[in-house]
This record gives sequence, structure tokens and C-alpha cells, in this order.
Amino acid sequence: MDYKFPELPYAFNALEPHIDAMTMEIHYTKHHKTYFDKFVAAIKETDMNGASLEEIFAQVSKLPVPVRNHGGGLYNHTLFWESMSPNGGGAPGGKLAEAINAKYGSFEDFKTKFNDAAANRFGSGWAWLSVKADKSLCVCSSANQDNPLMDNFECQGTPILGLDVWEHAYYLKFQNRRPDYISAFWNVVNWPVIEARYESIIK
Amino acid sequence: MKKLIFVLTAIITLPFVMKAQEPVHKFAPLPYAYDALEPYIDKMTMEIHYDRHHRAYYNNFMAAIKGTETESKSMQEIFAQMSTYPTAIRNNGGGYWNHEMFWNCMKPNGGGAPTGKLADAIKTSFGSFDDFKKQFADAGIKRFGSGWVWLVLGKDGKLFITSTANQDNPLMNTEEKRGTPIFCLDVWEHAYYLKYQNKRGDYISAFWNVANWDYVQKLYEQGLLKNN
Ligand SMILES: [Fe+2]
Ligand SMILES: [Fe+2]
Repeated sequence: MDYKFPELPYAFNALEPHIDAMTMEIHYTKHHKTYFDKFVAAIKETDMNGASLEEIFAQVSKLPVPVRNHGGGLYNHTLFWESMSPNGGGAPGGKLAEAINAKYGSFEDFKTKFNDAAANRFGSGWAWLSVKADKSLCVCSSANQDNPLMDNFECQGTPILGLDVWEHAYYLKFQNRRPDYISAFWNVVNWPVIEARYESIIK
Repeated sequence: MKKLIFVLTAIITLPFVMKAQEPVHKFAPLPYAYDALEPYIDKMTMEIHYDRHHRAYYNNFMAAIKGTETESKSMQEIFAQMSTYPTAIRNNGGGYWNHEMFWNCMKPNGGGAPTGKLADAIKTSFGSFDDFKKQFADAGIKRFGSGWVWLVLGKDGKLFITSTANQDNPLMNTEEKRGTPIFCLDVWEHAYYLKYQNKRGDYISAFWNVANWDYVQKLYEQGLLKNN
């Protein structure tokens, strides 16, 4: 399989005023593109060239660090762009809503847990909602470009929602105020996509 | 009369009493104006970096040690036993100490090259000043995520370059390569994103124009004395 740099599913300014156009443009055309280029270069040096990112992550601890860092950066940002929409926000419905209520009590309680994971990640990283092998939900955070699919990750699972909390994701608009960025994020979450990911995993 | 003596005594001793209650760990003023390092480091970055990030590390560190015996310990003592402390003290204590050193490693009209004993030591360890700059910049570019780059004086009297994650530093017993840091560079994105965005390399190139070699020289000489 050839690796492709994915299209951004909307315009740079589509998530305004929650995520600003300049941040989106630099984030996608510079950061994400660099992860893609460096991943493609790094994976060529291994015998896993052409494997899917999921297969690579499943044994990433045996692969060179650049594969982990840039492969993570490639996958995580793709998932992140698709997790947002100009018509996003609100609350999830369907089976995901039921699972969130069952596990966290309410959508608000889930948000608090996710907010804490995102705010307390020291340095660069991501906050995740993922589905574990036993189909239960799990909120956690990862350092740098690690993610829950990686074999050495403490809370392994399949991520269905990810939030980038590297400073580059919010610094131009929010500077040191990461909690404000996290609050703004909820206005653009593309719940139908997250629900579909959840249902495809549990079925 | 008794009352007067009491009042006089109080007035005379008050400054000493107050001094005794001052915290060991202080939030030092920035040694220059926010715009002093323009155009290399922009004013807004300096202001937010010092007044928000650095101050938050200090406040969080003070909150984490409040009411404990750590309040009276030096940062060096704390870092030497870092692995026995909670994460909040490591992260915020590191952030507090590292930034204070970083501000001092820069100055307006800085730059140029080190001289004297420090220049000789850099030559011995790295070949030339340019080779040192290249290796230091390289360490800064390669640090994935948030962290710092350091020039460190080892116990053997030799200089080496290392980089640390997040707010760790070479004084911490959690670091593999330890020693006395004499020069540092913050490569968290907050240190350069407003002006340089994703171009960390450009930020590092600009940084050389504000390096305060007099200060580094001073730390180097103090470190040598401590080693002996
Ligand atoms: Fe990012
Ligand atoms: Fe900083």
C-alpha cells in the first residue's frame, strides 16, 4: 500500500471562531505534512514498508523511534481532522451516548474527565476516548505522538476521539490558556463520525 | 518608657523577622525589558513566557511544597533527590528553575562567541565554536515534543550537550547524563510559536544573537570550583 497524505475535509477557516484559520493552515500544511514526509522516509528503512499504520503501531516498540513519532503524528492528525466539523458540537446520540452515560454517569461527567486528561497532560501530547478490547470506553492521554493503538501503551484500545494538546494546536489563538482551547473544541466535535467509529468497533 | 522600648524594639527587629519569613524560593524579576531581545525574541513571547508560563510554574511549585520541609531546601538539593518527589514538584520545580536560568543565558546585545577558558573548553570538547553550535542546534531540533537543550559541565571537567524532555534538567537524578548546566535553550513550542511557528530551526538560529556568554563563563568557572 502507498501512503497518502489525506485531504483536510474542510477549509482552513471552516472551524472559526473556535479554531482559527492560520492555526489550521500551519497545523495541516506544515506539521501534519512534515509527519507524513518523515514517516514515509522512516518506514522505508524497515521491512514494514507498505503495512497499514494499525499493523505498524501493533509492534511499534520494535521499530525505530522516527516511525513511532512520525507515524503517530500522521495517524493522530488524520483522526483529529475527521473528528471535527464546521457543523459540530452538541452531544453524541445513539449507542455511544448510552455507553458514555453508563460508564461516566452523564455526558457532562465524561467531558470533565476528558478535559482533565487534556489539561493535565504535561508537555506535548493528546487526549483520547478509545474503545478497549473488551468494548468498554476509556479516557486517557498520551505523550508526544503516541496513541492507544501502540503496543507499549498503558491503556490500549482503538481511539474514536482525539484532541491534540501540543502547544502548536492552540498557541496562536489561546497562548498559555489550554483550558480555553479545550472548551472551544467541544463546539466543533463531529459526533456522527465518532458514533459511527464506535458502532463499527462494537458490532 | 517600657512601651517606648517595646515599640523601638519592634521597629528594629521587624525587618529581621520579616526576612526570616521570606520564602527560600523567589520569583526573580526578568533581568531586562520584554522587548529587549527584539527582533530575535519578540516582546509578546517574552511577556507571556515570563509572566504566564514561568510564573505559573513558580506558583504551582510553591503550592506543591507548601507546609512541607521541602520549602527550606535548595533547588539543587531537591533535584539531586528528584526521583523521591511527586511529579508536580518535578514538573513545576523544573519549570521554575530552568526558566530563571534561561533568562540569564540571554541578554540584549548578546551573541558573539565565548572567550577565555570557556572558549578553550568548547574547542576541546567540540572541535570549534561552530561545531558546538551545530551540535547544540541539532539537539534542539531533534528533541521531539517539549523540552530543553543544555550545555553541561561534567564531573570529569569536560563539557557535553544533552537534551531533556518537558521540564527536566541535568541536575535531576532521573537524568542519565548529569552534571552542572551552564547554558540552556527552551524548545517548548511556547518559546517560539508566536514568531516562528513550526520553524524551530529559525528560532534556534536567532537565539545565538542574544546568548549571554559572560553569564555562561561565570557558571562555567563556578562549576569548575565546585568540581574541585
Ligand atoms: Fe498537532
Ligand atoms: Fe518555556
